[in-house]
Amino acid sequence: MTHSTEARLADVSLPAGLEAFSGVTARAPHLATQTQKHGRKLAASLEDAIRASGLKNGMTISFHHAFREGDKTINFVVDKLAAMGFRDLTLAPSSLLSCNFPLIEHIKSGVIRRIYTSGMRGKLADAISHGLMETPINVHSHGGRVHLIDRGELTLDVAFLGVSTADVFGNANAISGRSRCGSLGYAMVDAARAGKVILLAEEIVPFPNAPASIRQDQVDFVVKVDQIGDPSKISVGAARMTSNPRELLIARLAAEVMEHAGLFEEGFSLQTGTGGSATATTRFLEDRMVKKGIKAAFALGGITGPIVDLHQKGLIGRIIDTQSFDAVAAESLRVNPEHWEISTNTYANLTSKGAYCDRVDMVILSALEIDLDFNVNVITGSDGVMRGASGGHSDVAAGAALAIVVGPLIRSRIPTVVEKCTTVVTPGETIGVLVTDHGIAVNPNRPEVAERLKAAGLPVMTIEELYARAISLTGKPQPIEFLDRVVGLIRYRDGTVIDAVRQVKG
Amino acid sequence: MKLRRSMLFLPGSNAAMLSTAFVYRPDSIMFDLEDAVSLREKDSARMLVFHALQMPIYRDIETVVRINPLSTPFGMKDLEAVVRAGADVIRLPKTDTAADVHALEAEVERIERECGREVGSTKLMAAIESASGVVNALAIATSSKRLIGIALAGFDYVMDMQTERGDGTELFYARCAVLHAARYAKIDAFDVVFGDLNDEAGFLKEVDLIKRLGFNGKSLINPRQIELLHNAFAPTEEEVDYARRVVAAAAAGERQGLGVVSLNGKMIDAPVIDHARVVLRRAEASGVRK
Repeated sequence: MTHSTEARLADVSLPAGLEAFSGVTARAPHLATQTQKHGRKLAASLEDAIRASGLKNGMTISFHHAFREGDKTINFVVDKLAAMGFRDLTLAPSSLLSCNFPLIEHIKSGVIRRIYTSGMRGKLADAISHGLMETPINVHSHGGRVHLIDRGELTLDVAFLGVSTADVFGNANAISGRSRCGSLGYAMVDAARAGKVILLAEEIVPFPNAPASIRQDQVDFVVKVDQIGDPSKISVGAARMTSNPRELLIARLAAEVMEHAGLFEEGFSLQTGTGGSATATTRFLEDRMVKKGIKAAFALGGITGPIVDLHQKGLIGRIIDTQSFDAVAAESLRVNPEHWEISTNTYANLTSKGAYCDRVDMVILSALEIDLDFNVNVITGSDGVMRGASGGHSDVAAGAALAIVVGPLIRSRIPTVVEKCTTVVTPGETIGVLVTDHGIAVNPNRPEVAERLKAAGLPVMTIEELYARAISLTGKPQPIEFLDRVVGLIRYRDGTVIDAVRQVKG
Repeated sequence: MKLRRSMLFLPGSNAAMLSTAFVYRPDSIMFDLEDAVSLREKDSARMLVFHALQMPIYRDIETVVRINPLSTPFGMKDLEAVVRAGADVIRLPKTDTAADVHALEAEVERIERECGREVGSTKLMAAIESASGVVNALAIATSSKRLIGIALAGFDYVMDMQTERGDGTELFYARCAVLHAARYAKIDAFDVVFGDLNDEAGFLKEVDLIKRLGFNGKSLINPRQIELLHNAFAPTEEEVDYARRVVAAAAAGERQGLGVVSLNGKMIDAPVIDHARVVLRRAEASGVRK
């Protein structure tokens, strides 16, 4: 062979580290046959995919939580990993919910050693709050999770991402097929950053699948599974207009605050969240927008049916969706070109080159507790047990021009306004206004907002007055008894530790 | 001007509602110890209301208590408790004659003296719930200086009249009779509750009717109805604008020493000016209709 590489390079001394060409498929054996070339990613079973991924004990696995309480992927995969004998794994889903209680057994048996999550609820949260894990869990915000990955603290070795449709090459979305959760904002982060990416696809569709929320060049393996999640359990009543008079009262006040705080102008932007009051606020805002003749440029979030409704009525320009909270939002993402899917990096990471949360004018946020410095707790309940999620709370509070916290002053005997939060998730300096059923308090660092709201005749009080009102009704609660042991570290969106959750006594 | 557009009923046995109801800002809150409280809860409800009445949060809202009739074993106990606790107004149910009010008034005065409360500070309100009450409305309305108003209660009344709630025809005579009695006695008149919470349009239609008839307000059973009612009772922007111009024209006329003035070619006399002042006072108290 006169033109062999060997002959051509016979008298060339290759620089150190360079090798001579030895055939087209030598370095890429998967290109040897058409079958291999096209079908190499489709694994016969989850077990095969796990083996092929090179997952080892002590590594980190990741998931998205877009199906919320309907998720069937996390428990399914961890069960499989346990059966295969894996141990000492770090579990790093974007969040955990009540449905993830089977993980308790896997923590006890040593399959899971460490957890990074935005939040947790139910039996799992209860067990961890009572000292189930040796290592404290890390609670991060949605944007903060991406930051922890990008700065190298959290290395995702293998991502297991549930999708409703994928082609054999890994182009995938969750707006087509059977179990649709809509936006894959969380999964997009993991697909772009994990060492290996395994898709668990409910349906394998012809190549090329579009849209490709997750792209073929990000995916290592595709596994067909029966069901990735139950979309009916994503929202619990979020899309329904509340008939609770107290939620309606708070929502009406919140809409008035939005109208009069100084940002209600043509082209404003908003994020309204998913609780009963937040959803109703969206409805009340509609009348005010129509009356003033203005439209919003975009709505961000956590998208629900009522936001889609405002968009369809021409009152919101674009919907920017990192998580779809109900079937209406998921369907809108499928059919509506003005409804965009964005990754959590684009949504809320403070070290991304551009996060949408920085462009939001007004956001409606919830609170389990808010203290006299306006610090907010969205993670621990009045019993000290974790029962919530950091979510995008601190991200959007920091990014938005005005963050408005809404909630009843008292939840069945338990005050929401407290002297000091049990746990601080979002620093008070980023919260502008608190709206309760008893009145409105404005952070002293926003005197211009207080003036505008007072001028509009709204019931503005000091947060100390609201606190005094709450205590006059409930009495002063006994302090919760904690042990010294730390069970959770609350990470602010920049990676710093803003608080620690201690083990509950008893 | 004490507005009494909305009188929110609260079952006295519902502790959670007692501790939050004032946030809805009805003009008056009515703690019910009568029909909304089951027999087995009469005592506990009385104690709850006794304590609620003394909470500081109820100081700046008018409190009304509907006691059980004095003919029942509970009526006198209710009265003893709530007069002592400082209730602003006692609502007497099933008032058939002026004698019912006199009997109540005597007991209230006795309790006021016993507990050191200023005599006469406990106001009364009579609920008219029968044909007898409607026929005696004038005598009832003028029976006591303590009376701040009379209320029509629809359910028992239509039963007594052998009919049922419908489009309002069944209440027409009673509404007019109660209203005239109240206006003669210069006290307030309250209309019946509207029971179907989900029928917002039906509620607003009834509110429109009773407002045009001349009622001060209405008894309500759900906080959701308060905002709707207050808004319906608020004058419109146009009404307020017109009233302002009337008052301004009247003032200008007075400066020029004119007895009668005109606005846009229409004569403005004393009743028109009085009405304009009422509209402005109402707007000040309740805002402009949204």
